[in-house]
Amino acid sequence: MPLVKGGKIVSDTYAGLADDAELASGGNVLMSAARFLADPAALAVRSGQTGVVWPNNRDIDDLVPHLAEIAVVALVFPSFRDGRAYSQARLLRERHGYRGELRATGQVLRDQFVFMLRAGFDTFDVRKESDAKAFAQVAERYSVFYQPTGDGRATAFRQRLARQAEVTGS
Amino acid sequence: MYAYDEIDRTLVNERVSEFRDQVQRRLSGELTEDEFKSLRLMNGVYLQLHAYMLRVAIPYGTLSSPQLRKLAHVARRYDRGYGHFTTRQNIQYNWIKLSELPDALEDLAAVGIHGMQTSGNCIRNITTDQWAGVAPGEIEDPRIWAEILRQYSTLHPEFSFLPRKFKIAITASDHDRAAIKIHDIGLRIRKNEQGETGFEVLVGGGLGRTPFIGKTIKQFVVHRDILSYVEAILRVYNQYGRRDNIYKARIKILVHELGIEKFAQEVEDEWLQMRDGVLALDDAVVEDIRSRFSYPAYQKLSDNPDEMKAASADPRFAMWLGNSVAPHRVTGYSIVTLSLKPVGMPPGDATAEQMDAIADLADKYSSGEIRVGHEQNLALPNVAKRDLPALWRALDKIGVATPNVNLITDIIACPGLDYCSLANARSIPIAQELTKRFADPDLANMIGKLHINISGCINACGHHHVGHIGILGVEKNNEEFYQITIGGRADEQAEMGTLIGPAVPYADVADVVEDIVEAYLALRARPDETFVETVKRLGVTPFKERVYATR
Ligand code: HEM
Ligand code: SF4
Repeated sequence: MPLVKGGKIVSDTYAGLADDAELASGGNVLMSAARFLADPAALAVRSGQTGVVWPNNRDIDDLVPHLAEIAVVALVFPSFRDGRAYSQARLLRERHGYRGELRATGQVLRDQFVFMLRAGFDTFDVRKESDAKAFAQVAERYSVFYQPTGDGRATAFRQRLARQAEVTGS
Repeated sequence: MYAYDEIDRTLVNERVSEFRDQVQRRLSGELTEDEFKSLRLMNGVYLQLHAYMLRVAIPYGTLSSPQLRKLAHVARRYDRGYGHFTTRQNIQYNWIKLSELPDALEDLAAVGIHGMQTSGNCIRNITTDQWAGVAPGEIEDPRIWAEILRQYSTLHPEFSFLPRKFKIAITASDHDRAAIKIHDIGLRIRKNEQGETGFEVLVGGGLGRTPFIGKTIKQFVVHRDILSYVEAILRVYNQYGRRDNIYKARIKILVHELGIEKFAQEVEDEWLQMRDGVLALDDAVVEDIRSRFSYPAYQKLSDNPDEMKAASADPRFAMWLGNSVAPHRVTGYSIVTLSLKPVGMPPGDATAEQMDAIADLADKYSSGEIRVGHEQNLALPNVAKRDLPALWRALDKIGVATPNVNLITDIIACPGLDYCSLANARSIPIAQELTKRFADPDLANMIGKLHINISGCINACGHHHVGHIGILGVEKNNEEFYQITIGGRADEQAEMGTLIGPAVPYADVADVVEDIVEAYLALRARPDETFVETVKRLGVTPFKERVYATR
């Protein structure tokens, strides 16, 4: 599956780590939440980066104390219809100030890209090659956003005020 | 009227071009029907028995005359010359071709209308009182808040894939014409002791398989906090609402399973962490939105003009005046309801010609404004009383002056088996038959206020649970049967109706309704004791005895 990061298709530097596989010191790995939580201290001795795949039915409060130690949080869309990870993403970014990589995994299709970007995702494990290729174009599809989220885009209201200010020259 | 500006229009246009791309990908096979399904649903496109159906939003039930003309154009150009007004301030077209859908949506976008969020598991079109802004005694125009919520909920990045659809309704009057108690969130505008505007918030109402009346989760949320409070409810629901069973996925089930106190506590905990954040509404935002609603320059006019006195000699006019014309907050004006329930026709349908004619009449007599109500009728909100006779003649000519508003033939019905793939039974022919049985206006007037609601299956699109008489289509051995309930209501005293007994076959439904009405006429304490009051006083037993005595 193509990985899109920074708007481009890139190769994934992370390898999935099975729950029973040995944890090497080097290399970037993605591990399950269960494995990570069983021994968070194990990361301290690693030289490679660590990412955690966080299920969408587990409270992210359990992850929050460890955010400083991890480089990637991968949130899961078991189906594109299951939108729980949007809430988790916004909470991680906007409430808990997480600045590391936030990866969308599972059934990630092009029509969710804008929602995901707005919720704070920056990396996308895209299902289809054609969707991944269309990423840059799809991400630009909308220029008007009504709600403020942590992505910093100006809301329609702020755009309006800015225009009014231009008109009145103030 | 709310005037869309360039920013609002840009979004609608961007949406249309996105949808065009999605349709193309479906037609080329790049998208499977399953993947396409949720995309089309988010644009109001359903697949029905015979064709795709397009549901178009009429936010808070307010239309301008150019918008109504455009709805007529779509009916004529892409459909079979008519549209169907629904119980949620939407209009549906039943016969649109998939390949033409993007064009239809593009035409609608030209007047700021779209199908966004009229289906799918997102925050649906926000509805309110169809008399908003003109009803006497209203605290303030609820459409300002409906518009703020519309903007907030449009393409919401966090809440577009909820466990299930999510409906919000607002009222600002004591008499609830928006049925807020049967919505996922119901908002009642109030003033606190300091005179600040705020909202009583209800949550967890809904009909369908497991009907619930909404419960008050918070007595007063000051207006500054309404978006953050709504977001807190949505966030709790998004995370904890059930996704394992679509029949248990509405927020009403979560509220029921957790209990309102526990649910309220979850919401409170979430809310306290964000109420002072970016969603806190500052007055500039509210004022900007308020300033884009315009109101007609009302004149000082007589409340009893000569034109009206003269015309009242005509008993047909007098009957219509007594039935379809309601008081306005400004002296000399009235609110006129246009019945879309003529005898023998499907409830809520309007032809393209009718829509065009109504748009012209709105320009002439109602400051270019038209309203759509949840009872599937239209209204002209700003009619000078002196114009009533001329308006009546024109409405009568196009068949929308049947004086049956709120009477037994003002039936709410879903499309049922004639269109809907989920239906067990037909709804429309039952409604048609009932309008014929009670076609005599004197009889209907004598019976008085009585709402009949018909749904073709348990999804309850016709709100049968809250009909004074509710009719629900069920299937028994491959035949259409109907369960009859009585005593339901959707207003501020909302209540679910009570089943009167075993389901009856299609052919008996109209007879059963006649029996119930005859029982009521015999049992009512006074001529002005309404049907629901009599049922409340006596319970269902006397009605049940009457209906089943001979069956
Ligand atoms: C023919 C196409 C239609 C289909 C396939 C359809 C399908 C559904 C379904 C499945 C539900 C239940 C959802 C749930 O409880 O989670 C529902 C609810 C509803 N529908 Fe429809 N519907 C259709 C047409 C209509 C029409 C024409 C109206 C208005 C006259 C309408 C108004 C409603 C309303 C108000 C509800 C909410 C009832 C509640 O509170 O549970 N629907 N619809
Ligand atoms: S109530 Fe049932 S039959 Fe009627 S429109 Fe809704 S889903 Fe279809």
